[in-house]
Amino acid sequence: MGVGQPTTLGSGFITTSLDKLVNWSRASSMWPMTFGLACCAIEMMATGAARFDLDRMGILFRASPRQADVLIVAGTVTKKMLPVIKTVYEQMPEPRYVIAMGACASSGGIFDTYSTVQGIDEHIPVDVYIPGCPPRPEGLLYGLMKLQEKIRAERNTFGAAIGIGEVIRS
Amino acid sequence: MSDLAIVEKLKAKFSSEILDVVEFRGETTVTVNKENIVDICTFMRDSGGYNLLCDLCSVDYLGQAPRYMVVYNLYNITTKERIRLKAPVEEQDAQIATVSTVWGTANWMERECWDLMGITFVGHPDPRRILMPADWVGHPLRKDYPVQGPDREPYQGRLS
Repeated sequence: MGVGQPTTLGSGFITTSLDKLVNWSRASSMWPMTFGLACCAIEMMATGAARFDLDRMGILFRASPRQADVLIVAGTVTKKMLPVIKTVYEQMPEPRYVIAMGACASSGGIFDTYSTVQGIDEHIPVDVYIPGCPPRPEGLLYGLMKLQEKIRAERNTFGAAIGIGEVIRS
Repeated sequence: MSDLAIVEKLKAKFSSEILDVVEFRGETTVTVNKENIVDICTFMRDSGGYNLLCDLCSVDYLGQAPRYMVVYNLYNITTKERIRLKAPVEEQDAQIATVSTVWGTANWMERECWDLMGITFVGHPDPRRILMPADWVGHPLRKDYPVQGPDREPYQGRLS
């Protein structure tokens, strides 16, 4: 159950749209890339650990970009680190999503200097920005839930998966 | 002037190279000419027992001549004594001989110093950048390097 609006066709049957099925499976298993850059990564680890427990939302950190759906940019992005992040992003299979976690990833934060990228959105597309320095685990959880909302609102996800048209994002 | 016997020995051996000896709050600083820095450092290691180069860094006195100062912080592990050597480097001729032959640890410190301050270490075995990206242009720790990078408008204050 839990897929769209089930109706009673007897036990073992539900009806839903294929898009909702695809969106449900994507939103329920957002696997982030294990990629910490600075102090935000400590909060990201705390969010994943026992007290806040990301696993209960189907969010499991993966150690390979090939298995990841979400890139959480957790921390200050230096210009030296930028090519690495771009490579990781390019290695992730589609559909892929990016969360800019914290002030530094969103805007450069306090590091308004020659060596720091002034916001990761100058280089890769960002879906959710989480403010804070660093954001508390509740903030990261809220951001992940916002991303789930965004995934659930996508249209034609099944069609795009079998090669008919593009995904429509509202 | 200084209770460190090595300073007297250094004065006796390199009398024409010593520019200044300062003692402040128990810290001894010897300013020397850069021409014989390798000989002086070898002497400090072999005769003074300063077997550890704690740090090698540089200072940018923008507007003064000579503009740069290369600083060597030495430590004697046996007697737990410290001494500081300084060598002025001119802006037009921003280079000094490497001491990586004296202390191996100077290798990376001199790479950092060249990377960020642009002082060339003559004879360095591996003169690459160490902190900045390999294709970086400029030396960002110089006082005349814009803090936000050369390709951005400088920060004019919060209300601008």
